[in-house]
Amino acid sequence: MQAEQLGKQVTGPGGELTILHNINLELREGESMAVVGVSGSGKSTLLGLMAGLDVASSGRVLLDGNDLGSLDEDGRARLRNHRVGFVFQSFQLLPGLNALENVMLPLELAGSDDPQAQARERLAEVGLAERMYHYPSQLSGGEQQRVAIARAFAGEPRILFADEPTGNLDQKTAGQIIDLLFRLNHERGTTLVLVTHDPAIAGHCDRTVTLAGGEIVS
Amino acid sequence: MKSLQLALTSLKRDWRSGELALIAIAVVIAVTSLTSVGFFTDRVRKATEQQATELLAADLVLRSREPIPSPIREAALEQGLTATQTLSFRSIVVHGDNMQMAEAKAVEQGYPQRGNLRTADELFGPESITEHIPAPGQAWADARLLQSLDLRVGDRVDIGAAGLTVTQVLTYEPDRGGDLFNIAPRLLMNMADIPETELILPGSRIDYHLLLAGDSGDSAGITGFREWFENRGYENIRVQGIRDARPELKTALERAEQFLGLAVLVSIALAGLAVAMSAQRYALRHFDNCAIMRCLGAEQGLITRIYFIQLFILALVSAALGCALGYAAQGSLAALMAGLSKEALPQASLRPVFTGMATGLITILGFAMPQVMRLRRVPPLRVLRRDLEPLPLSGIATYGTALLALALLAPWQSGNSLLTAYTLAGIVVTLLLLALGARLLILALGRLRSRVGLSIRFGLANIARRSHLSMVQILGLGLGIMVMLLLTLVRTDLLDTWRDRLPDDAPNYFLINIQPEEVEKVRGFLKDRGRIDAQLQPMIRGRLTAINGNEVDPGSYGNDRARRLVAREFNLSWAKEMQADNRLEAGQWWSGNEVDRNLFSVEEGIGATLGIELGDSLTWQVAGREITGTVSNLRWVEWDSFHVNFFVVANPGTLEDYPATYISSFYIPDTHKELLIELVRNFPSITIIDVDAILTQVRSVMEQVVRAIEFVFIFTVLSGIVILIAAMQTTHRERIHESAQLSTLGASRGQILAGLIAEFVCLGLLTGILAAFAATVVEVLLAEYVFKMHIVINPLVWIIAPLASTLIITACGLLGMRSVLNTPPMTVLRRV
Repeated sequence: MQAEQLGKQVTGPGGELTILHNINLELREGESMAVVGVSGSGKSTLLGLMAGLDVASSGRVLLDGNDLGSLDEDGRARLRNHRVGFVFQSFQLLPGLNALENVMLPLELAGSDDPQAQARERLAEVGLAERMYHYPSQLSGGEQQRVAIARAFAGEPRILFADEPTGNLDQKTAGQIIDLLFRLNHERGTTLVLVTHDPAIAGHCDRTVTLAGGEIVS
Repeated sequence: MKSLQLALTSLKRDWRSGELALIAIAVVIAVTSLTSVGFFTDRVRKATEQQATELLAADLVLRSREPIPSPIREAALEQGLTATQTLSFRSIVVHGDNMQMAEAKAVEQGYPQRGNLRTADELFGPESITEHIPAPGQAWADARLLQSLDLRVGDRVDIGAAGLTVTQVLTYEPDRGGDLFNIAPRLLMNMADIPETELILPGSRIDYHLLLAGDSGDSAGITGFREWFENRGYENIRVQGIRDARPELKTALERAEQFLGLAVLVSIALAGLAVAMSAQRYALRHFDNCAIMRCLGAEQGLITRIYFIQLFILALVSAALGCALGYAAQGSLAALMAGLSKEALPQASLRPVFTGMATGLITILGFAMPQVMRLRRVPPLRVLRRDLEPLPLSGIATYGTALLALALLAPWQSGNSLLTAYTLAGIVVTLLLLALGARLLILALGRLRSRVGLSIRFGLANIARRSHLSMVQILGLGLGIMVMLLLTLVRTDLLDTWRDRLPDDAPNYFLINIQPEEVEKVRGFLKDRGRIDAQLQPMIRGRLTAINGNEVDPGSYGNDRARRLVAREFNLSWAKEMQADNRLEAGQWWSGNEVDRNLFSVEEGIGATLGIELGDSLTWQVAGREITGTVSNLRWVEWDSFHVNFFVVANPGTLEDYPATYISSFYIPDTHKELLIELVRNFPSITIIDVDAILTQVRSVMEQVVRAIEFVFIFTVLSGIVILIAAMQTTHRERIHESAQLSTLGASRGQILAGLIAEFVCLGLLTGILAAFAATVVEVLLAEYVFKMHIVINPLVWIIAPLASTLIITACGLLGMRSVLNTPPMTVLRRV
């Protein structure tokens, strides 16, 4: 994954506001990178741009050789479906689907064969074989995040984006989740971009990029 | 396949969570309202067709001035039809020294093929249905023949060379029809007696009718025979089927269907509004789900397909349920009206199911789909930034699609496109005016804020801040309450006034053929013997020959009624004063000194039909002379008063010297019917016409119309209630959130409650005031233009509407917020 002179400006009440400025990054296959910085430094915006959830104002992002800016919304959606996995701070599970159905969703969207069997396998991997018919509201925060991790890995993504994956969890659970995330990442050789403000978690990654005021400072 | 599976999962889930219930309920209401009317009018239409066959006394009639060739009859019998022949002619009937020109009709066994003859044993005696026809040597005479010949049952009469005994009073024959005032008295006799009369000679003017009927319900046999017959090219034989009979009956039914259809359209429009409001909330609650799906790689097309399929299935299921409920509802409606109709209604066809299903689909797609289409544009970045929402819909997308849906549905509801356009425009204008009113009231409310305490200020601030939503709420609830007001208070006002116009003592007998020299004697007789203060009006027959000097040509009128009217003679009258049940619409009534000018007063309806305007000059041919005069005024006539009224009335100087007979109408209770016999004895040349039966029919039709309209408007009220709930739900989440926030900031339960109550009460008052205003305007318009009467505004509307809407809104609102007030704010905030 490559980011070249990436910039994001938005128009606010006080005029034009620069959120990201001149970001240059390169990430090789299987590499893990932590993005750290204080609140408002532009971490989540960078993640959104790199994952193709948002469009840059300037510069470009290349994902597996595809220029995200040259694709339309549906093109980016297809790319996300086949190459990208997500883990969010607020889990982002569909409340109306049970654990199994949530994990099946990206597989069904991709048109995989037997999505149910694959989803069961993923849930077993994250230790939720017994709770696959529970709805998100019936699961603890840690369990919900496990489901989200199972879902993120379900489609065998090339790259995984994790946005503060432990932000809503207690310290002990957070530790377990980070261990699980890195174990699976390691087993599958997935490229990882992890946004966090916790240096300890960032320490698990191959390298760390620090953002301040929308620019890379280290 | 993928989208179908996802749509089904999503449908199941949303159904479980109750999010689709309101949309489904609104569609069920719309479809139930549509199909119940559809099924019911379908049955009434079939019944009317049956009545039409009764008016022909057959399914098909062949008419000729020559005997109908026997091969035709044989062909009909071969094709499985039944046939019977009648012949009628005018002839003098003699009884002792009295003679009367009568219309004789000879019938065979099997007459009538449809409907029944009714007879009585004595003049004005109780009538009963008979399956027989007069036996050979016998005849049945109608009341007019009995009166004019001073006949009694059992007397002998001569017709031509034959002598017949009158054995029954003929009170009703299905195919009599025609103009009450223009036909000669009737003598019904057996076909076997015709040779003996020696009246059927070459050159005699005789009408031969061949009455044909198929097995009941088998219209194919009749259609087949008609085709066969029409291909034979008999030039002198006219054929008359159900559709050719009684066009006015068909028109009346079509008009009733139109009005019911428009009432249904109003229900559908309101249900559509409820669907749109529920769909908006539904879409709002699915932003997050769609963002996650988009993030996980769902394409926009897939999102559209998922929600389209979901809505499609929802529409199908709700519409099917609506059709079933519609069928059940029309059944109860028919049962409710069973007492009013003499015969059971035929079964309904399945045609309304098609329109019902289509309406379900169009309502959902037209009103819900635009809202749901927003979901395809939910940015995937919303998973990171919850404040991101898709752009709101443009007004054209929202209202344009809704109007298009209504325009698509409208043609089914009313064949009259102009009327439909008016109704749609009416709905739009009402909504716009209500929206404007709501907006102004909300602005006015803002000025109060600085003068009230904290809690109330918070409530008022909420209304003003959510001014758009408040407006929608006021609009939705206001419409519902307006319809409820119209249905309860206003309906009672209007319908009572309407029904009261046909009092219990509405005239039930007409006297015609009163000679000028008898006028005072008849008036005296009625006054002395029956305490009846009867008005006797002159009646002069005349033909309209020219309007503004241009000759009147029936062929030049496009309208059937106009053609019929100008082709025959009018009954004209003259009067000094305008009748009490008339109202001037244009021009002036003449004063006593305008005797030297010829002036006419024309009923506005006939004026419009014939293209007669104020100031036009009309030329009439009366008793061989031409009279020309000016139209000095146009009148509205209350025809349902059953008083004698005329389309055209002249001032006294114009027609006074022309030969006239007099006419009167009066009420005689059943217990005083012997007065009629005495009247006939004293004035043998006067003819009495019994309109009791017609009157009863008019009364029952009025009742039926009232009930049908009430029935359809129940659905409008139901739609209003769904709008109410949908409107409450739209702001429910936001309100819960705010209350929890206030509570966190230290507001007491009482303060929050007071703020909420202030908001709900203000909303309720605004809604009630607007609804009362709208209902009053509609009442005045209805009274003025539809019912043509003056109405006294009911002050209760202005008290009950604000009170009811305040109570409903506050109760519903507080009920919804109950859980919030009793739950710790943290729990609420976390849940939200």
